[in-house]
Amino acid sequence: MIDWLQIISNAAQEIISPTTAAYALAALGLAIHFGFTGLLNFGQAGFMMLGAYGYAIATLTLGWPVWAAILTGVVASIVFALILGIPTLRLRADYLAIVTIAAAEIVRLLFTTNTWVEVTGSANGLQGYKGGFAALNPIPPGTYGFGPWVYNEYDWWVRIFGWGLVAIAAFITWRLFKSPWGRVIKGIREDEDAVRALGKNVYFYKMQSLILGGVFGALAGMIFILPRAVVPSNYQTSLTFFIYAILLLGGAATVFGPIIGSVIFWVLLSFFSGFIARAVEVGWLPFLTNVQAGQLRFILVGITIMLIVIYRPQGIFGNRKELAFVK
Amino acid sequence: MSSSAGAQGAPIKSTGLHIGEPAPGVKKVDPIIIANNITRTFGGLTAVQVEHLEIPRGAITALIGPNGAGKTTLFNLLTGFDKPDTGEWTFDGQGISGIPAFKVARKGQVRTFQLTKALGLLTVLDNMKLGAKGQSGESLARALFPWVWRKQEAEIEARAIDLLSRFKLDSKKDDYAASLSGGQRKLLEMARALMSQPSLVMLDEPMAGVNPALTQSLLDHILDLKSEGMTVLFVEHDMHMVRHIADWVVVMAEGRVVAEGDPHEVMSNPAVIDAYLGSHHDEDLGDLDTGVMTAIKELADDDAADNKH
Repeated sequence: MIDWLQIISNAAQEIISPTTAAYALAALGLAIHFGFTGLLNFGQAGFMMLGAYGYAIATLTLGWPVWAAILTGVVASIVFALILGIPTLRLRADYLAIVTIAAAEIVRLLFTTNTWVEVTGSANGLQGYKGGFAALNPIPPGTYGFGPWVYNEYDWWVRIFGWGLVAIAAFITWRLFKSPWGRVIKGIREDEDAVRALGKNVYFYKMQSLILGGVFGALAGMIFILPRAVVPSNYQTSLTFFIYAILLLGGAATVFGPIIGSVIFWVLLSFFSGFIARAVEVGWLPFLTNVQAGQLRFILVGITIMLIVIYRPQGIFGNRKELAFVK
Repeated sequence: MSSSAGAQGAPIKSTGLHIGEPAPGVKKVDPIIIANNITRTFGGLTAVQVEHLEIPRGAITALIGPNGAGKTTLFNLLTGFDKPDTGEWTFDGQGISGIPAFKVARKGQVRTFQLTKALGLLTVLDNMKLGAKGQSGESLARALFPWVWRKQEAEIEARAIDLLSRFKLDSKKDDYAASLSGGQRKLLEMARALMSQPSLVMLDEPMAGVNPALTQSLLDHILDLKSEGMTVLFVEHDMHMVRHIADWVVVMAEGRVVAEGDPHEVMSNPAVIDAYLGSHHDEDLGDLDTGVMTAIKELADDDAADNKH
């Protein structure tokens, strides 16, 4: 018999999980790039990776405190944005797409190579960097929560920190896109020559947008590693595409879309994987092995996202009117 | 175009703009743009080769010429959207050759595009507000603190609504620009350009694709610009419009300025007829470009009609 309660409870845990928060923040950064500015960044995984490694290496190798470690990841992502942006932002949007997807892979391979194994840990990655963050935890030791959401003090601290960052980032984004700055950015998405003709330094604005979304990506990378270890294979190109899926699910040019999109994505993924694994166990799907079943969830998520994109292309929070004029 | 003369009568033309005989590169009494030796080649093709050109201030200057004459390329060069191979030019006495487009615009020289660039998924009002210069809220750091820019934003909005009502777009202010008709988008683009309070407005084919009902209103708006002290330079194929509102006409062909003068003189200039019809137009070449023929005939008819009055 399938334990539905367990499946649903596992899915419910994803609502507030730090991984969901990390994906939400990374998707918010991508919303700034893609949804608001029209920058095709296919290297968000690279920004996340720099945030994660920046934090871990600053803590482990350099022995820096938490704030300096966070700053290291942020600065690394800014430098990465500058390296990507300076040559490509003057060109058409597709060049940025090509460069970002390649650059993110380069970053991943650099962290995987054995040459700097003492610093990067190579393919095994890094761990043991959580002490400083745990020491800042104001929550007394113990187990808290109700229903499916029962965690110890560290897990709550990670969740509060992660979602707190998401909330601050969402507030900043919301403020920005209600301001004249956001108006220029959206104008660039529509037609950058027109904005240039009105006396705005389009290149500079695109760079600001690339950096801002990239910093959100780096912070997301830091949240991502707090409940786990830093492993380079987590940052493959598919990570970027999952974040795109979340973005399209929620609505590309919205502030709350990426956040709700991330929650829905992870709840669905957990639900499908729990359901399929148990369905295989009880023999409902005799043609599948356990290994095959593990992959099936991504297929189901893919189908769900396709259906949403076809029947609700503006995403859950997108404005339907905007889609009436697709070019 | 007899209707356009309508109740207000024909627009008052500015005269006495030039010094000496009208000829390509003639000096102007008060030029706003002085260009020297501008060339732009695309591979083996010389698109623009202008030795000297002055655009008179406070007047409406038309830039005409057959397709491929280099009008739009010259526009792009003067506005910083393209870089010339050689040449320099000044705007309002300041050298602006080679500076990027956004800096050119900040100096008060604003342009529109042949293919209208309304920012579709911004509202009409946001399109307008984007045009205003020197907005403190457009800085990333200050954008986060609305109280810093709120007052300026309110002023800009008031100015935008005022301009929109002049262009009869105020009822559409909350609609997406993408929902406007082609003609309304042209109006919006022009209104948006005016938000930057320019001293020179450069219009690239303002009449292209505009239905006749809106033509008159567009013409009136262009004439208004002049009466408000702005200089207008426009590229146009519609000869009626050129004759009706232009104070000065610059004719280009094959990248060069082949003639200059007031509209009437220019239309009868042999160099212009050559440019439009080919230098062998008096020989039988079989089929000629009927469109151009019609345009020239219409002009001749217009002249004849004017002379009768």
